[in-house]
Amino acid sequence: MYGQFAVPRAGWADPGRAAAWWRLLVSRILTFCWVEVAKIRHDRTELYTRAIQPALWLVIFGETFSALHAIPSGGRPYLDFMAPGVIAQSALFVAIFYGIQIIWERDAGILTKLLATPTPAAALIAGKAFGASVRSLLQASVVVVLSALLGVHMPLNPLNYAVAIVVIVLGAAFFSTLSLTIAGIVLNRDRLMGIGQAITMPLFFASNALYPISVMPWWLQTLSTINPLRYEIDALRGLLIGTPSNLPEDFAVLVVACVLGITTSSRLLRRLTQ
Amino acid sequence: MPVTEESEPLAVEAIDISKRFKDVVAVDRVSFEVRPGEVFGLLGPNGAGKTTTIRVLVTLLPPDSGQARIFGLDAVSQTMAVRRLIGYVPQQLSADGSLTGWENVMLFARLYDLPRRNRKAAVAESLELMGIADARDRLVSTYSGGMVRRLELAQALINRPRLLVLDEPTIGLDPIARTEVWERVLSLRQEAGTSILLTTHYMEEADQLCDRLALMHHGRIQASGTPAELKASIGAEATLEDVFRHYAGEHLVDEGGSFKDVRAVRRTARRLG
Repeated sequence: MYGQFAVPRAGWADPGRAAAWWRLLVSRILTFCWVEVAKIRHDRTELYTRAIQPALWLVIFGETFSALHAIPSGGRPYLDFMAPGVIAQSALFVAIFYGIQIIWERDAGILTKLLATPTPAAALIAGKAFGASVRSLLQASVVVVLSALLGVHMPLNPLNYAVAIVVIVLGAAFFSTLSLTIAGIVLNRDRLMGIGQAITMPLFFASNALYPISVMPWWLQTLSTINPLRYEIDALRGLLIGTPSNLPEDFAVLVVACVLGITTSSRLLRRLTQ
Repeated sequence: MPVTEESEPLAVEAIDISKRFKDVVAVDRVSFEVRPGEVFGLLGPNGAGKTTTIRVLVTLLPPDSGQARIFGLDAVSQTMAVRRLIGYVPQQLSADGSLTGWENVMLFARLYDLPRRNRKAAVAESLELMGIADARDRLVSTYSGGMVRRLELAQALINRPRLLVLDEPTIGLDPIARTEVWERVLSLRQEAGTSILLTTHYMEEADQLCDRLALMHHGRIQASGTPAELKASIGAEATLEDVFRHYAGEHLVDEGGSFKDVRAVRRTARRLG
């Protein structure tokens, strides 16, 4: 009455076709990146509205402090120094509120359905985390362009840019798992918003985004050593502006943070559906 | 009706399943079986434990005790294999409104690991089968409630499930949309031999559509059998509603219904507009 199946039934729903776990992981990551791209294609407003804040940081804060010469910036113009910080910040802001989406999906019943597919919790979380990084990456690109327009000197080295993309992706993936972890604990959109608001600025200020670590008081320096944002910015600064940085350490910290974040938040995922 | 071979394992085998949440026993030693190719209905008021039972069977919730087998596979220890056999439509309207219909189904094609070369054809076929091919490129937020339901069926069908699990599939739908959903579900059974497990609290629907039924109340199965058997057990002129009243008492609808249930139903109703 409504048409026949063109392909015999048995072919696809084959329980024996168990994929290796890493293939499943890669497949889910690609799938959720694809979903995120589709969503952005349908609605780009967020991309624009979220560009306003970094623009203000660069134009107002950046220009003013450049004029003041108050912050040591390693012999580079201050605007150059802070641009990677603002790029990382814009990616951070997108990621840190990503948990809102999962709470919304939970309330709408979407999460239940996703979890009933052959997708282990860790693969779902990893997929979501890297999906979030697609959005972060786009946001960061907007700020890179903005910085270039404001005259920030960024040598156009394709290899450096490629590595910078990986850095931003890892950073965003970590911060979105942080957000997903909080979501798994508070289970409520408003509380997640509140906590997100409360932690973004401390993360930002306890990093080298606006000033070098060396000018911080000792306690803030200590605090900043456990802040992944510090390592993300250190790497971006080295890659985009060309200041000295410790890339191997930065990468190690970001990768470990991502793995920890994915493990922790996938443990909490069950709480969201019960 | 498709022919059932002796050797084919049961579509669903629930053995003494219990599940409690804190001090509430949601499901209390529930046992039933769904034969291959059968439409089996779990019938009961809100809060009877139907949804919890379903969630155990589709591997979303581990039971406290008892066993759940889907086509012979254990729902606790063989989770991934079981999931590949099932298509599940939860009670809430849960397609993603910020994606198009096509994208919603494609998402599930990817999550069920359909081979890349088959994906597009399968998605098109699924949408066609549920009669929403024309609306495939529209955002789902513009769909009517009946269309969202059919889209969800299209999602659930994408992996050619041998068992389709539908939790209150027609809740909140108007009679026309309801009929349309049923026609498509039944045609599926007819053409692909899909076994169907559904929950509902519409007695008439259960009477007309299900091969066999189990009446659930207070987390327990009070009676089960074919609609005719159940009615005959009460009296010559009995309706299914009489049967239900006999086993569950007078307070049919307002009794159970936790806050969560009510909230979910309201939310569904709101999304239907």
